[in-house]
Parts: sequence; C-alpha cells; structure tokens
Amino acid sequence: MTDTKNAKIKIENLSKIFGPKAHALIPLLEQGIDRQTLQEKHKHVLALDNINIDLAEHSIEVIMGLSGSGKSTLIRHINRLIDPTIGNVIIDGENVCTMSDKALREFRQAKTAMVFQNFSLLPHRTVIDNIGFGLQMQKKNAKLIRERSYYWLERVGLKGFEHNYPAQLSGGMQQRVGLARALACDADILMMDEAFSALDPLIRSDMQDILLELQQEIQKTIVFITHDLDEALKIGDSIAILNQGKLIQKGSAEQILLHPADDYVCRFVADVNRTTVLKARSIMKVQSQSNVADAVVVQQDDTLKEVLHSMLSADSFNAIVKDAKGQCVGCIDSDMVAAAVNS
Amino acid sequence: MSWSEFPSMSRSDLRELRKSIDESFRSFTIEYGDSLEAFFDPLLDFLIFSERLLLNTPWPLMIAICAGLAFSASRSWKIAVGVIVAFMVIGYLGMWADTMRTLSIITVCTIVAIAIGIPLGVLMARSNKVQAVVSPILDVMQTMPSFVYLIPVVMLLGIGKVPGLIAVIIYALPPVVRLTNLGIREVDSDVIEAADAYGSSSWQKLVHVQMPLALPSIFAGINQTIMMSLSMVVIASMIGVKGLGQPVLKAITNQYFAMGLLNGFAIVALAIIFDRVSQRYGLRIQKHRQGDSND
Repeated sequence: MTDTKNAKIKIENLSKIFGPKAHALIPLLEQGIDRQTLQEKHKHVLALDNINIDLAEHSIEVIMGLSGSGKSTLIRHINRLIDPTIGNVIIDGENVCTMSDKALREFRQAKTAMVFQNFSLLPHRTVIDNIGFGLQMQKKNAKLIRERSYYWLERVGLKGFEHNYPAQLSGGMQQRVGLARALACDADILMMDEAFSALDPLIRSDMQDILLELQQEIQKTIVFITHDLDEALKIGDSIAILNQGKLIQKGSAEQILLHPADDYVCRFVADVNRTTVLKARSIMKVQSQSNVADAVVVQQDDTLKEVLHSMLSADSFNAIVKDAKGQCVGCIDSDMVAAAVNS
Repeated sequence: MSWSEFPSMSRSDLRELRKSIDESFRSFTIEYGDSLEAFFDPLLDFLIFSERLLLNTPWPLMIAICAGLAFSASRSWKIAVGVIVAFMVIGYLGMWADTMRTLSIITVCTIVAIAIGIPLGVLMARSNKVQAVVSPILDVMQTMPSFVYLIPVVMLLGIGKVPGLIAVIIYALPPVVRLTNLGIREVDSDVIEAADAYGSSSWQKLVHVQMPLALPSIFAGINQTIMMSLSMVVIASMIGVKGLGQPVLKAITNQYFAMGLLNGFAIVALAIIFDRVSQRYGLRIQKHRQGDSND
C-alpha cells in the first residue's frame, strides 16, 4: 500500500495565479476567492487553487485531469520551472520555493529529471549527445557521460541509433531518447509531463510497459501527468484527479473507481473497463470458510477479468478467493461480478 | 503669416546653432583626436599586416588558399573551380593588387564586425532594456547616409585606412547584431525549458543550446555583413581606402566606362564568392535539420 511509504514530495497550500498583478491578489486568494470571480473581476487566471498533496517515495504518482485543469502547471512547481503565488513545495525536507538560483540549479541537477510531452530534444545534437545532456549540465567527466549514455541508450532499445539526429527518428523513438536522457541523470524524482500523450496508442502502450518494467528496477519517485484515465489506471500506484485547479480526489485506482469523490470523477470513470482494474479482494464477500462445491479458486490480487475468465472456463458461478498463503479470505458469485462490472 | 511657409528659426539663430555644434566638435577633435588615433593604432597595424600578407603572398599560392578555403567551407567543387577562374580573370585584367587590398579590408571588417556584433546581439537577446537602447542605434547606423558620418570620422581621424574601416563597420555591423539577437530569441521555448529543468546555468544554456540553435540565423547575419561591407568599398575609397573602390571612383569622375565596369565586376565576383561559400557553409552546419532520412 502506498500510505506506508514516506512522502517524498509534500505540496502545501499551493496556489498559482497567472497574470501581471498576481501578487497584488494574494489577500483575495487567502480569503478564498473563487476561480470565476477572479477571472471576471480581476482578469487573472487561478491555475491552482490551494493544492495539498503528498507524493510517496518509490511509487508512480499519477496526476490527471483534462486540459486546463492545472496539471502541467502543478508538475512545474515541483522543480520550480514555475514559481508559486503562495504555498510551498517540500522535497526531502527542503523547501524548493525559497531556494536561491544556485541552490535551485543544483537541486534540479541532483534530484529531478523531466520528460516532456513534445520531447524537447536538442535538434542539433545526436541521440547519444542528447542522452548525455543532463550529465553534461552536471559537469560530469566525459568518460562517465559516455558510459552512462550508452547504457541507457541500450536500455531504451535504441542501440544503433546513437549517431542519428532527433529529426530522423519517429515520435516513439524520440521519446525513448527523452526517457533515456532523464534516466541517465539518476535523479530521485522522475517527472513526466504527458510524456506519452503525443504518441499513437500502440507505441504509447509499449512505452508504458517499458516504464513499468524499468520502475521495478530503479524504484524512483515518478510523477506522471496524463489526461488519459486508462493510462493513469494502468501505471499509477496512486492517482490524483485535478479539475479547474482543484484537487478533487487522490487514491488508488480501485478507490477511485469504487468510491468516486464527486460527479466529475464519476463521469470520468464511467467508460473505464472496470474488469482490468478491480481486484478480487475489493469485490468479494469477506468470509474465512467456503463450502460451495463447484467453486473455482482465485487469488485476492487477481483482476476481475482474470476471475471472470477462471469462472467462465470452469463453467462455474462461484469463486473462492485466497490470499498468498492459500488461506481462504472470501468468495465471489456471479451476481457480485455483474454488479461490479455495472456500477 | 501664411500657412505655406513654416515658422522656422531665424537664419542667424540657425547659423549660430550650427556654428556652435561645429565648434564644440572641432575643439573635441583637437582635444582628443590624437588619443583616439592612438587608440585605433592596433587596428591600423592589423589592417597593414593583413594587406601586406595578402599582397606579398605569391599569387598561385593565394589562389590555392582561397580555393581551398572555399572548398573546405562549402564542400562544392563547382564553387572551388569558380574561385580559381574568377581570380585568374581578375589577375589577367590587371586588378590583382586592388582585389587583394579589398579582400584584406573586407576580411578585417568581417572579423571586427563579428567580434563586436555577436556579443552585442547576445546581450540584446538577454535583456529587453539593452534591446530597447541598441535597436534605434542600429536603425540610425543603417539608414543614416554614409557621407554624413564620414564627416566627423574624417575630422577625428583624418583620411586613411582606419576611418574607412570604421565607416564600413558602422554600415555593415547591424545585420549581424540583429540576426544574432533574433536567432537567440527565436529558439524554441520548449527546448529552453528542458535546459532549465536539467539545471543548466545561463552560460551553459547559451553555449550548448541557444548559440547552436541560433547559428543559421547568425550565419545569415554574417553573410549580410560581408555583402554590405563590399558595397561600401567605393564610398570608403573616397576617404583613402585603397582597393577596387578607387579605380571605380576614378572612373566616375573621368567617365572611364570600361574601367568602372571591370572593377565593378571584380567587386561583384568577390561578393558572389563570399555569398555562396558562406551560404553553403551555413547549410552544411544545419545538417540535423534535413532529418527524416529514416522515416
């Protein structure tokens, strides 16, 4: 569970107003002015409205919302590419918002690496030199840059393309370069701003698999921005939903599907294929004994899809749920499955 | 009072105004003329050195060097052969020495213009205030008739190579400054953001991101600067700069049509060579932009 992990990034009371006189409007902000009034009366945009969120160490933290929800603004506060109007961002006990320029540069070099929606590669550099860019900014020696760049070049599957220029690669390949550039820095926090959104669906799915596979090994704190709920559900250990600059809900994929916080989230999750997200344990009836004769056995972490498959292929209407030790923890019948798929 | 006549200053006041400006400038000249001349001495030495170098180099070697430089910059045999043919014809028609002198002053001009222009362009790109101050100055430099600023330059430094050089630079400097500024300002903001996100200092950003990406634009500026300084050689010859400009000037005053034409063509030949070579070079350093060969 994510709650047991330490919070790597703490975002406290963060608000951001865009506009020429943003700072003059701080008192109004503190009185809790709403987005619409600020827009209509003061011609300023309230991009983020009092965000409080903890992002856990070593997990993939998805922040999702539609365009204009403030998600890209929020992620840029983590490495202070955007300065907050009020509020703090605390990373490893240090307040990013009060750092001097020099400290901020060193912080960005040491602790964060970022992958961008439009790749943002350097067009005049070859693939291998792009991968080494972050390390070069850290003034690492040439040998180390070379070694690590080639290592990550291979890990993202671009061996043989090291001397190509970005313009010669497809979108998917360019984003692999972007990912390798970020990973080569070996920073604790990997920030991905709609990193896969510009890719076509098959390539996107590939890239998600690559990321999940790598995360098994690197165990970084990944902040992943997306507008795609399926993507969020697939890769997120925890998902935060933003709407109009407000944080609506944060929780695991199942929590969000089973207990949506409001209508907005409800509408958001309406079209999701629930069978691939919900797990046996969250829909079962808890009981330690089962005496149904023709029941199939499923694991508590099996998805609903797997449960369905087991039940249908055994031609059974009942399933017994067991935990990792083989202990019976509950049961599922066909009515419960039907209810979970439909709700 | 009639509306067709503008209520101007009285004639005597106007004369006084002009006189006082002239006189204060004259006293300035007397006061600082010598020290200014001393200040420009290294530049004069450089000009004399480069002219002697070009004139004393044996002509076959000179042609070989020019063709070699043209080829290594452009990687085009056509251009290299063009350079050889052009120089042969120029030499055969008796314009070798003048062409070398012009080549020398253009080279020095370009070097000085780049040395001043690129840093100035970078400063302009980094600060809106600098841009607000420098932009109108560049406008004046480009549009002020060159004869007007020749007057104070000649008053201060007399006639000769250095005032000629200064006149040429005043006219030819703006494009490289403007296009350096523009090139840096037009670098994709996404790429700048990425550089920031990876913690680059502003110097690292300049050297590794902005300058390389602005290079095509900077090259266009250098190309323009060379073209404009070539177009100034005739005017510079009026204040004693030797080279292809002087025979043209002589041809104008004496109505020697053929002489003007030949020297004019020599200037055109130099211009075309510089232009093609620098453009080809500019294209070659942008090979990453061609892209798409794998798609």
